[in-house]
Amino acid sequence: MKKTLAKKELVQRLGFGFLSLCIMITVFFLGLLIYFIAVRGIKVISWEFLTQAPRRFMTQGGVAPAIVGTFYLTLGAISLALPLGLACAIYLCEYSPKSSIVNIIRISINNLAGIPSVVFGLFGFAVFVKFFGFGVSILSGALTLGIMVLPGIISASQEAFLAVPQSFREASFALGATQWQTIKNIVIPSALPGILTGVILSIGRVAGETAPILFTAATFYIRGYPDSIFSEVMALPYHIYALMTEGTHPQEQTQIAYGCALILLVLVLLVSGIAIFIRQRKRSGYGH
Amino acid sequence: MDINQIKIKVEGVNFYYGSKQALRDIALDIYKNKVTAIIGPSGCGKSTFIRLFNRMNDLIPGARFEGKILIDGNNIYDPKLDVVDLRRSVGMVFQKPNPFPKSIYENVAYGLSINGIRDKGYIADKVDKSLKDAALYSEVKNRLSDNALALSGGQQQRLCIARALAVEPEVLLMDEPASALDPTATLKIEELIHELKKKYTIIIVTHNMQQAARISDYTAFFMMGELIEYDITSKIFTKPSKKITEDYITGRFG
Ligand SMILES: Nc1ncnc2c1ncn2[C@@H]1O[C@H](COP(=O)(O)OP(=O)(O)O)[C@@H](O)[C@H]1O
Ligand SMILES: [Mg+2]
Repeated sequence: MKKTLAKKELVQRLGFGFLSLCIMITVFFLGLLIYFIAVRGIKVISWEFLTQAPRRFMTQGGVAPAIVGTFYLTLGAISLALPLGLACAIYLCEYSPKSSIVNIIRISINNLAGIPSVVFGLFGFAVFVKFFGFGVSILSGALTLGIMVLPGIISASQEAFLAVPQSFREASFALGATQWQTIKNIVIPSALPGILTGVILSIGRVAGETAPILFTAATFYIRGYPDSIFSEVMALPYHIYALMTEGTHPQEQTQIAYGCALILLVLVLLVSGIAIFIRQRKRSGYGH
Repeated sequence: MDINQIKIKVEGVNFYYGSKQALRDIALDIYKNKVTAIIGPSGCGKSTFIRLFNRMNDLIPGARFEGKILIDGNNIYDPKLDVVDLRRSVGMVFQKPNPFPKSIYENVAYGLSINGIRDKGYIADKVDKSLKDAALYSEVKNRLSDNALALSGGQQQRLCIARALAVEPEVLLMDEPASALDPTATLKIEELIHELKKKYTIIIVTHNMQQAARISDYTAFFMMGELIEYDITSKIFTKPSKKITEDYITGRFG
């Protein structure tokens, strides 16, 4: 009896030991990533770096146009994908009959999320740049990025809607609410934390992806800032890519690439932080 | 029974979930300002029956209704009838307390705001009054802006009652409203029902025989989708006319 207990204890310890090892490995690599980017990036970060346009073949000045470009692309993509994705999720979860066609649509949307981003890039090039004639522009890039994250936003919102207890809907209907009133006043507010999670992930992806904007929006260098949605833009992820693969001053360019990476990292963490903060406040408001 | 005023007439009602028949040829009259208890073994169709009165069963795909239910002489299954209007005049309290994840105040005000009432003063008065009628006011008056989910189960259920009362229904449906509550909270709800019947016609599902005997004026006994016996509560519990009713209320099965 004693022996088996000791053995169980041992197995348990080994189990937990293994789990903590996994956690430590993960944290180690994450820490390493942040450390490397931070240590190398911080060297070039200065007020000038954040606020000036590049000069002298990228080796001097700053990367402000790329920061601005990434901001525009992200804003554009999310403003497209969030309302559209939310509308699709509402339709699929709340309005549509539970038919097999709707199920097929649902499954297709989920699978879309797994398509490689470079495929979205090619699609955007063919459709927005060429067919609609938007050219290489903020508009084409934002549309491409928006479509790329659309499935993710739909899935996250759908999950959030499905997690809203049916009893909330019944209570609302029983008071004489219409379906739309119920969705607007009860379902969406209750699902907001989950929807926000989807948005956070999407922002990270949109800000960080290179492939979708490679042929649709990004350029290595423009003079000054974009003046309309039909301008091409610099963007942080593409700028890193370009600095590492093109140009004539690889030494200085690599330094600057690390600087850009650090900015990108901080920006994405910042956005996530804000969204998590909002989500937590909403959650605690629900008392669970 | 005849001195009482009929509020609801149920005539020849059959109800199906897909091909499965849940209610068979039900007919009965429900009297105004009385408490009518629906009893019967689990799965006999009590919830299905009570949800016919506010057409909550409409939400279930594949469900089918046959027959007539008249409230004040109007068939509530008339295709021309507005379900939203019906649900305003027939309130419902569910088995598990289901307050919205909003403040206490917003919960009670919800029914008013969705019905287009914008007058803030009127809403505030109505919220106070409904909370008083639901015997909850004294417990929450200083924290109306707190989240409703922070209340105890019994308080949540009374909040749900207040929420239903705020839209001024005429009929109140209650589906085992105390089954998730402790005895003290249950007693509070029972006392409340006694008060409420002065103003409302109440139909309550309960699996608790003593509760039915204590709070109701009429009792309907259901089994396997059929109405076995319907009479004055005291008669059902002292001299039921059917053997099977007697077996059930004396706890021989169910
Ligand atoms: N949504 C539904 N779909 C299919 N069958 C159902 C549904 N709801 C209830 N039923 C069936 O109808 C019968 C009556 O159920 P219900 O009215 O919930 O009984 P009670 O409330 O008396 O326990 C049961 O056999 C139950 O399985
Ligand atoms: Mg039931």
